[in-house]
Amino acid sequence: MHIVIVGLSHKTAPVEIRERLAFAPTAMQRPLQKLLELPPVAEGLIVSTCNRVELCAATKEPDVAIAAMRRFLAEYHEITPSEIDDHLYDYQGEDAIRHLFRVASSLDSMVLGEPQILGQIKTAYGYAAEFKTAGLILNRFLHKAFSVAKRVRTETAIASNAVSVSFAAVELARKIFDRIDNKAVMIIGAGEMCELAARHFITNGVSKVLVTNRTFARAEKLAAEFQGKAVPFENFVDHLVEADIVLTSTGAPNFILGQRHMEDVLKRRKNRPMFLIDIAVPRDIDPKVNSLDNAYLYDVDDLQGVVQANLKERKKEAGKAEAIVEQEIGQFHQWLANLEVKPTIIALRRKFEEIRQQELDKTFGNLKDLSGKDRKSIEAMANAIINKILHQPTTVLKQSQNDASGTDHVDAVRTLFDLPAPADDDKEIKPLGDPGQE
Amino acid sequence: MTVNILLFKITLLVYFVATIFYLIGVISRKERFRQNAVYLLIGGFVLHCITLAVRWVATGAIPVASLHESLSFFAWTLVGIYLIFYLRYRTVMLGAFITPLALVLMIIGTTTSAQAPALNPMLDSWWFPVHVTLAFLGHAIFAIAAAAGVMYLLQERMLKSKKFSGLFYRLPSLDTLDSMNYKCLTFGFPLMTMGIISGAIWANSAWGGYWRWDPKETWALISWFLYAALLHGRLTVGWRGRRAAIFAIIGFGFLLFTFFGVNLFLSGEHSFRNFTGQ
Repeated sequence: MHIVIVGLSHKTAPVEIRERLAFAPTAMQRPLQKLLELPPVAEGLIVSTCNRVELCAATKEPDVAIAAMRRFLAEYHEITPSEIDDHLYDYQGEDAIRHLFRVASSLDSMVLGEPQILGQIKTAYGYAAEFKTAGLILNRFLHKAFSVAKRVRTETAIASNAVSVSFAAVELARKIFDRIDNKAVMIIGAGEMCELAARHFITNGVSKVLVTNRTFARAEKLAAEFQGKAVPFENFVDHLVEADIVLTSTGAPNFILGQRHMEDVLKRRKNRPMFLIDIAVPRDIDPKVNSLDNAYLYDVDDLQGVVQANLKERKKEAGKAEAIVEQEIGQFHQWLANLEVKPTIIALRRKFEEIRQQELDKTFGNLKDLSGKDRKSIEAMANAIINKILHQPTTVLKQSQNDASGTDHVDAVRTLFDLPAPADDDKEIKPLGDPGQE
Repeated sequence: MTVNILLFKITLLVYFVATIFYLIGVISRKERFRQNAVYLLIGGFVLHCITLAVRWVATGAIPVASLHESLSFFAWTLVGIYLIFYLRYRTVMLGAFITPLALVLMIIGTTTSAQAPALNPMLDSWWFPVHVTLAFLGHAIFAIAAAAGVMYLLQERMLKSKKFSGLFYRLPSLDTLDSMNYKCLTFGFPLMTMGIISGAIWANSAWGGYWRWDPKETWALISWFLYAALLHGRLTVGWRGRRAAIFAIIGFGFLLFTFFGVNLFLSGEHSFRNFTGQ
């Protein structure tokens, strides 16, 4: 059995193509079943997000399956195959395993390390399990992918630092205040960015929100939305004393907060630190404010800089994550190879032979005065027993090679008899004859 | 006596390994090293307790009568106080400053004579161990304050300049560091004050005078005034952050000079030479 993947992502296809190939998350049953109906596909799974579509399958004939899946993707969405062919990638064997592990670990994401993709794959797997298009192999494969993603997350810092401006602001606040749940935030003006950042602070639990705006009605509206308090724009400086975090984005052409204002505010705050985030362009707060003790002023570029630095940190961590993925590929690949019927029969037979030999040695050790003839007939009896026992399982395994239940049987046999992974020298062993010929 | 010298050396070795682990943990991003460094330090501390106990039993007096003994004792209080702080704040980074300091004290300790001094009758007073213990506890707490101060300045520098090194992600927040500074002050200052008072009482019983203006006393008093000013500034004027951090660092510099400088450069009643008669 082989794993194959056909798909496209933000790296290979523009959004116009991606949106046409997306599968509606609410109606996965039909496409999943259609995928499974393709002759070479034994198990199937579909991951569809706004950044990627991945068809994943377990199959005996990887090349045939890939061609069929490419056609399926076009036909299902009623697109001519030539239109999307250049945007599609396909992987098989080890490359397919690597691809899904990397996607699940968010190494292939647009924003490196973003956490959503793992959840999306889990949902996709949920559908495949629900509609029974995932079997033994994809079950194992996906669970392995989840555990790889978890390892990457815990063992590397790939997802640890904020990579959006508003989240970076919250993280910076945590480096200044430690806790922000007992802090007050003041919103000056009402730019979109400002609102977004404010929302981040509120979801992270600031205890108090003050809003001010040149148009008081707008301030009141926003205040109501955030369950805060509106403050008249004329004397907002007086209220700054209460604010630990200040977000500004007014359309004012000049600075609305100067160094002198802030000196005064800080003194009245008994030097409790203030974090000022100036998202306005042109800027609202005099940059000199940053040189005041206990005032930390960040403008849009500064925050962008933080985001860039964090992205760079993530890229460094990505190297470690790739190494983890490589380690895990081998293990899964080995498991998949073990599902092959022939080496399993050989390993099973070898195990029985070992047992037979041990027991014979033990018996002959105890019965020292046996004649050569007696020994021969005891050996023959032992042989006959294992051959009889092995006859049925061997036949079933050989027959099931050609249908879907084969891998299940192999897995069961390997588990029940605790068979070791086949060693390289397996090939040198003479082909197994029919039971009874030895 | 050889047993406790052996113990002392093993303790030093453990502190050394812990220091290496802390440094690797700080330079690289390996969380594991920092965590193991803490375990090593705890192990070292337990060994150190045994070392001091063995010596105490052997000499029959609290082991602070020679430079060797008091260096070891100082390092012990330092590590002990840090571990208490670790339980409270979980700041592994603090250990990266404190552990090397304890190690340096121990290394200096190996260069001084480990011979047990002949017991000086002057030291045979109930006030002596009280004085020394209080003084060293105060020193250790102020060492933490100074380390928190250094971390504060580093972190503040990065936040102001907006240039972040990997250290930024591992240092605690400014608020945490500043609250450490305050905590240290509220515990360290009373300890230091009581240390000075108990010292004066002991001096009175040993030399027949409370205060003799010997260099150590003078310098200790200067440090005391410095910390008093900081405490006053914090409580009334709202000094905090950067200024408090700088004060804590300078204050600890004074304390170190009081401890080492006075012994090395100046002579007075506190010099160990007077104790051991060398």
